[in-house]
Amino acid sequence: MKDIVRVAGGQGFWGDDIDAPRRQVEGGPIDYLMLDYLAEVTMSILQKQKERDPSLGYARDFVGAMQAVLPAVVDRGVKVIANAGGVNPVACAEAVKQIGVKAGAQGKLKIGVVTGDDLLGRIDELIAQGHPLANMDTAEPLSTVRDRVLSANAYIGSTPIVEALTKGANVVITGRSTDTALTMAPLRYEFGWKADEWNKLAAGIIAGHIIECGAQCSGGNCLYDWKSIPDMANVGYPLVEARADGTFVVTKHAGTGGRVSVPSVTEQLVYEMGDPHSYITPDVVADFTSIQLAADGENRVKVSGITGAPSTDKLKVSIAYSSGYKAVGTLVYSWPEALDKAKAADGILRERLDRLGLKFDKILTEFVGAGATHGHLAGNSFDAPEVQFRFGVRSNDRATVERFTREIAPLVLNGPPSVTGFAGGRPKVEEIVAYWPALVDKTVVQTNVEILS
Amino acid sequence: MKVRLLDIAHARSGDKGDTANVGVIALKPEWFPILERELTEKRVADHFHGMINGGVQRYVLPNLSALNFLLHGALDGGGTLSLKTDAQGKVYSTALLRMVLDVSDDEATRLKLPEVK
Repeated sequence: MKDIVRVAGGQGFWGDDIDAPRRQVEGGPIDYLMLDYLAEVTMSILQKQKERDPSLGYARDFVGAMQAVLPAVVDRGVKVIANAGGVNPVACAEAVKQIGVKAGAQGKLKIGVVTGDDLLGRIDELIAQGHPLANMDTAEPLSTVRDRVLSANAYIGSTPIVEALTKGANVVITGRSTDTALTMAPLRYEFGWKADEWNKLAAGIIAGHIIECGAQCSGGNCLYDWKSIPDMANVGYPLVEARADGTFVVTKHAGTGGRVSVPSVTEQLVYEMGDPHSYITPDVVADFTSIQLAADGENRVKVSGITGAPSTDKLKVSIAYSSGYKAVGTLVYSWPEALDKAKAADGILRERLDRLGLKFDKILTEFVGAGATHGHLAGNSFDAPEVQFRFGVRSNDRATVERFTREIAPLVLNGPPSVTGFAGGRPKVEEIVAYWPALVDKTVVQTNVEILS
Repeated sequence: MKVRLLDIAHARSGDKGDTANVGVIALKPEWFPILERELTEKRVADHFHGMINGGVQRYVLPNLSALNFLLHGALDGGGTLSLKTDAQGKVYSTALLRMVLDVSDDEATRLKLPEVK
């Protein structure tokens, strides 16, 4: 057994730095490269792509990432674990296989494909069997939006990834795995942690939580002493050096920018946190109040003391459904009296929309530069050099939203003075894909592991 | 003495549906008891009055010298439904750090708290 297993985070979401995976395998020694591509509504975007073209439906950035890290995988034994499969892990694996073939790496690439998380085709069967897939926030049954559902995926845990590694895979591609399982699974595999070693599994999950958002634990978006964080243009993405006892060090490669410190890691620990006593995953319930952090040299933070409890008998299900349309338009008003002009424009626009007989579910006006994000807390006396007037509408009727998008630009000539910032043209109408979190019994989801080589 | 939360704590915020979470972390462990005492659910709910539709829940993490607040109904429906600039609650963190606390002169001196400039 290795003393230390190094797992590096190379992607915090689909859209993150496309060069980070390469920098993580070339910047220093690592055993695993972990890439997280999926946010809450990413699955529905991928589902739409798959409907248009059955060979799509996965995070295509991953193919480029694999191209960049292929030498490290085939020559140095670095293994890759990614939830890039989206709603089509098999097609994703095929695309990666083609890269291997083109590079002449036959026999050196074993791709493990994890499936079974996709419940879209089973929704009616599940509802009929007495699984209401009720919204965790509102308790409404899924039947209320059934005809508008676009995707439905269970968040699956570490077990199928461990299975793929056991079968010899050096690239593991999953669909809707939890972000944290991508890091915990290789530790569980390497150290032989049992399915009921709750404290160790919880440590693996928390290691995953720390590095799943890429550089957000190593200096990115870090409020603490932000001005002094060095060389952010070359920010180092994080890695964990984990030990079999469940302790680990968070660090980054030498020669990179950013900073790994107790404050930078603490900020990431509290990010998107709910009840810290019970961070529920398919594998274990982790207790964030048990985490002990200690500085361990430059850009090194030691993490220890983590405890966990048995997991529940449910899996969370990520469901996306179509929920109307929205559009947001902006204009910029300049000094003097920038805010007053923007407020005048708001009044004029609302009256015009009213005269057109347009009814929206929601209209929201913000004055960016004059308290848009901090509301009344920002005070109310502004003599700003400019204020952005930001006007958003939402409706179930596309034509209503479309009509609104034609009402912003006229204000440039027929509204308040000193206006600019309209070069982007009419606002785009966006279809809203909303998120429906639900729970389902673990017993109804069976994962599958297939090895392509 | 008046103390700005910004001068004794740092913070990060994020979203879960229509709920924003704000994790507030003491800049020094010895300042954490002030956060724990002053930042009650009611105080935070009053601070965000008019900005959130639901209640405020607080969790205490003494191990990280941190408090975690859940601000329910903070994001105009949240995620993709929201029309807000800050649809994912990313800057509720600094909005909370605008709070100004009253601390006794004795305690402020003893803990070397930075005074509001």
